[in-house]
Amino acid sequence: MLKTKSIHSPGNIILSSKENFVRRLSGFLGRGFLFLVTSTAAVAILFIIYFIAKDAIPFFQIRENAFAEFFTNSHWYPSAEPVQFGVLAIIIGSALVALGAIVVAVPLGVAASVYLSDVLPFSIRQFVKPVIEILAAIPSVAYGFFALVVFAPLLQKQGGTLLSVVWWILAIPLSFLAVMVLSDLLTSKMSSEKRRKTGRAVLVVILSGCVFWALYSVGGALNNLNITTGTNALNVSIILGIMALPTVVSVSEDALQAVGRDFRQGSYALGATRAETVIKVVLPAASSGILAAVLLGVMRALGETMVVWMASGNAAQIPVPWYNFLEPIRTLPATIAGDMGEADHVLGSARYHVLFAMGLVLLLFSLFCNLVSEWVVSRQMKKLRGGA
Amino acid sequence: MMNKYKKILSGLVMGLIGSTTIVSAEEIALDGSTTVGPIAKAFAEYYMAKSPDVNVTVSESGSGNGAKSLMNGVCDIASMSRFMKSSEFKAAAEKGIMPVAHAVAMDGLPVLVHPSNPVSDLTVEQVRKIYMGEINNWSQVGGPDREIVVVSRDTNSGTYETFYGLIMTHEVDGKKVKEKIMNGAEYVGSNGAVRQRVQNTLSAIGYAGLGFVDRSVKALNINGVYPDRGTVASGKYPIARPLYFFTDGYPKLGSHVYSFVTIHLTEEGQEIVEDIGFVPVTQY
Repeated sequence: MLKTKSIHSPGNIILSSKENFVRRLSGFLGRGFLFLVTSTAAVAILFIIYFIAKDAIPFFQIRENAFAEFFTNSHWYPSAEPVQFGVLAIIIGSALVALGAIVVAVPLGVAASVYLSDVLPFSIRQFVKPVIEILAAIPSVAYGFFALVVFAPLLQKQGGTLLSVVWWILAIPLSFLAVMVLSDLLTSKMSSEKRRKTGRAVLVVILSGCVFWALYSVGGALNNLNITTGTNALNVSIILGIMALPTVVSVSEDALQAVGRDFRQGSYALGATRAETVIKVVLPAASSGILAAVLLGVMRALGETMVVWMASGNAAQIPVPWYNFLEPIRTLPATIAGDMGEADHVLGSARYHVLFAMGLVLLLFSLFCNLVSEWVVSRQMKKLRGGA
Repeated sequence: MMNKYKKILSGLVMGLIGSTTIVSAEEIALDGSTTVGPIAKAFAEYYMAKSPDVNVTVSESGSGNGAKSLMNGVCDIASMSRFMKSSEFKAAAEKGIMPVAHAVAMDGLPVLVHPSNPVSDLTVEQVRKIYMGEINNWSQVGGPDREIVVVSRDTNSGTYETFYGLIMTHEVDGKKVKEKIMNGAEYVGSNGAVRQRVQNTLSAIGYAGLGFVDRSVKALNINGVYPDRGTVASGKYPIARPLYFFTDGYPKLGSHVYSFVTIHLTEEGQEIVEDIGFVPVTQY
């Protein structure tokens, strides 16, 4: 800066060695400063891993057979005598809830993103996407409050009815589509046009009869379902699924957009319909981006604490059978948050370190998911670049 | 290296604490239980109105943290909803702190069910078996054929410790046995949340502080005794506990801390305790 004048004055284009040194030094300092700022985040991650691991490892040293107990026992009694630190049920609870959240968020999110990117007119999309992203701005304690005060009692009182209504809404269009496609496929080999038409009509009637009966019996069973407790894995899965929606929608919509017009126009030029284009061209091309979106959504659901602490029931048990979403469960983040206060008053106890061990498990899993999604995204980039 | 830094740091911290106590001697700091919190806050308000030159600060970080604060000299009074554990006494004594308990009020733990539940009487034995999971249907204790939803406070709370000590611990052949609460029990983070779960769940059972009983839930007779102020104060109701202030040694007579930890013995103090739903330790 000091030398600005001399630099700009004509006839002084070649820098003296002193000026050259100052410029290079300031350039170096500037770059170094920016590097430091940027690396703060990376350093923070390393520090977090280091300090969590530092307090997690003693747990496996001060207790006998701690490793086996931690991963294979499902009895979580941190304050009983004798204490038991079996975390298996809690890990399974976390996994179950993440799975439930995926089941809720992925079909909804991917369908919504396809609709946003390939069906909705541009002007409406500009309006709808921010509205979906507002979901991400709602504080998680508000979701938790809703889950505990509104949704849990609703599940207890009208849970069966609610589930059967959802079942009908989801199943009717899907099975209608399935019946149509199936009868079309089965009759496509018939030779004469007339026979094909009558055959298809007969098949449609038979199949829809069967499907309706199946739907009706499942819906009836759901309707008679009695949910004893509303704070259960199902409640939390649905709420976490809704919370993960904006992430899934936003990231997978970006992936679908990234596929590009040329792919779509090429497909249309070959005579494909819009449905065929979306299903056979756009979705496969964007598949790794969508997978990345799903993994991000999983991480959101897995790390969520407040909603789970308020509405999962926090019962450290493996549901019987394991896929029974109507039982209360307990997750890793909720346990860490809930047990921290009492645990830290005797620093150095196993009860304190076990929470860090749980944190480490969570952190490693998140890092793993993150790495996988990074890898998947970079692979998609390569593929698209190669394809184009 | 580590130790050296720790020493320097703790020296600095101690110096800071020391200097603040010298500069403002008219400061009373309370830390501890969320259950005792309302009493501490009401007493603080009352005391600051009476002697304006004193500033009372109340933090609520849980009984265990209150004990830790007292040990580390960061509070004058630890409010606790349970008695100090032997490990805490030992740690305090090693640091030269001699905890003295002042029981400021009594609190009962009513066992709560949904108002529509026809069961209105349980024994301590039955409550224990319900929480152990041995009784899992209301029909086993004279109610409708409904699976019991067991709700407990989180293991972090003084309320849980009291319940665990009074209900889940019993004597078998002269030996103290601590039973475990069953795996399937639901844990919630506050007394209000217990009431919330019970008033919305037909087949739930839970427990909370005496101040949390209202028309939306039904408190059960335990061993034939209904939890109210009279039965808690007289000790007839089996799930009752004193709530404590702990100080380092008995406070100097005439000091502000002394006046503060004896508020509950005055008539106004007893009224405050009653007003916020607890039971005074003295009968008047």
